[in-house]
Amino acid sequence: MSTIIAYFKGIGQGLNTLWTGMKVTGYYFFHARKEIITMQYPDNRDTLKIPERFRGRVVMLHDQNNEHACNGCTMCEMACPNGSIKIITDKILNPETGKVVRIIDKHIYHFSMCTLCNLCVQACPSNALAMDNSYENSVYDRSELTFVLNQPGSKIRDNVKD
Amino acid sequence: MNAIYDFSILTGGIHEWLSGLMSPTAVMITEMVIIGTLLIVFVALMGLVLVLAERKVAAFFQLRLGPNRVGPWGSLQTLADFLKLLTKELITTKSADKFLYNLAPFIVMLTPFLALGVIPFAPGLQIMDMNIGVFFITAVSSMGVLGILIGGWASNNKYSLIGGMRSAAMVVSYELSVTLAIMTMVIMTESLSLSEIVASQSDGWWIIKGHIPALIAFLLYLTASTAETNRGPFDLAEAESELTAGFHTEYGGIKFAFFFLSEFVNMLVVASIATILFFGGWMPFHLPFEWAVGFNHIMDFIPGIVWGFGKVTFVIFLMMWFRWTFPRLRIDQILNLEWKYLLPMNLVNFLLMALIALSGFYL
Ligand code: SF4
Ligand code: SF4
Repeated sequence: MSTIIAYFKGIGQGLNTLWTGMKVTGYYFFHARKEIITMQYPDNRDTLKIPERFRGRVVMLHDQNNEHACNGCTMCEMACPNGSIKIITDKILNPETGKVVRIIDKHIYHFSMCTLCNLCVQACPSNALAMDNSYENSVYDRSELTFVLNQPGSKIRDNVKD
Repeated sequence: MNAIYDFSILTGGIHEWLSGLMSPTAVMITEMVIIGTLLIVFVALMGLVLVLAERKVAAFFQLRLGPNRVGPWGSLQTLADFLKLLTKELITTKSADKFLYNLAPFIVMLTPFLALGVIPFAPGLQIMDMNIGVFFITAVSSMGVLGILIGGWASNNKYSLIGGMRSAAMVVSYELSVTLAIMTMVIMTESLSLSEIVASQSDGWWIIKGHIPALIAFLLYLTASTAETNRGPFDLAEAESELTAGFHTEYGGIKFAFFFLSEFVNMLVVASIATILFFGGWMPFHLPFEWAVGFNHIMDFIPGIVWGFGKVTFVIFLMMWFRWTFPRLRIDQILNLEWKYLLPMNLVNFLLMALIALSGFYL
């Protein structure tokens, strides 16, 4: 008896879930005019709005004093599955404490090999990296796709730990 | 029914005019050539329109815009695609069985052509009025799977073979349900001739007159016939995501277009049969009551061809709605659905319909 009930219950549930799905798509179909999400990109270039979470390319965040948060720990370099990041560090003597400390010399980023997976951003312990919303990033020469992320003359912010 | 909308006046006139010009044999041959040409043009046009409609409808279901670059609203998109397919080189893969490989697209394409031959689209707009039209269509429509199976086998490709085999297992099972659902309605119509079935609904469509069992039969027919045309959610013969393109993986150019087109024309055939059996074909919407005479009379003023194609469009839209909503079923789920659910329900429904017909409990 219970199998018979389960059989008919299954049919009922099946029909119900099918109808639920059809309601959703049906709503979309009949409201397509106002809900369409396609952006006709080259045509609407002036009014184009890029969503905030769009991954354009990796950048290093700098504040107004041209200071960043990167201490050259190479976590991002290790996290990158494609080897797109190469960290070149330097050692300087801290005049106050007399200790030798590591600083970033060049944070080299090969955009040509990057898959925009966001892993380096997540791996960075001091949140020095981020994704920007840039697009139309194509260039004529491959060498133009290699960036040094820390800006020239920039230095590490004081409150960042080693 | 208003006589002015009857196409037999036009066709009869042409027949008489031709008879005045030449001998009966020549008239017959000429008419056959004309009808054949018209049918090919009709199928090609419907293919183009339906493919475009499918793409537009799919786009709206998914909140996209769909083709919108070629012509206004993308209306020339499918024509452009068709021209591209037409001009492509026809290749036969090296290890394919040449004869069968080239034969398969024609078998697949032949099926909807044969089926379209007996379908009345509007008053007088029917190529051949067979007294066993329903039987003919069910017999002919089982030939389509043969083409798919041959194509899958002859390509000598594992994906094609799996696609063809799946399709065979599926279509052979679902044919039972389609036929039983049709037979359920034939109990009511008391005729196998499609034009007489349409004529029997002049006072109301069977889906209204036959109430509960007719409604169940319609749902069963819709499900089973969607499977028979290999459309989503039953499209596991093609299953793009698992079998690249299933049975037509190795086909290109116009041979591929044949497979592609036949899917859409089959959909048209299936929708036409549904329309004829359940929604009265080209019959206007009539209520089977005394007080509705005036209403029925107003409905008569809309031409039969509008009714016919309007209802076919509605059923096709339903099938597209299914395709773009439901996820694809696995092969075991598909066979489960048929043998454990659709077939028993069909048999019970068949009995129910017979009881209702016997007791006269219908409008
Ligand atoms: S986004 Fe991914 S691929 Fe690109 S640099 Fe970061 S970790 Fe490497
Ligand atoms: S960007 Fe972040 S993870 Fe990469 S070296 Fe600098 S501090 Fe370390």
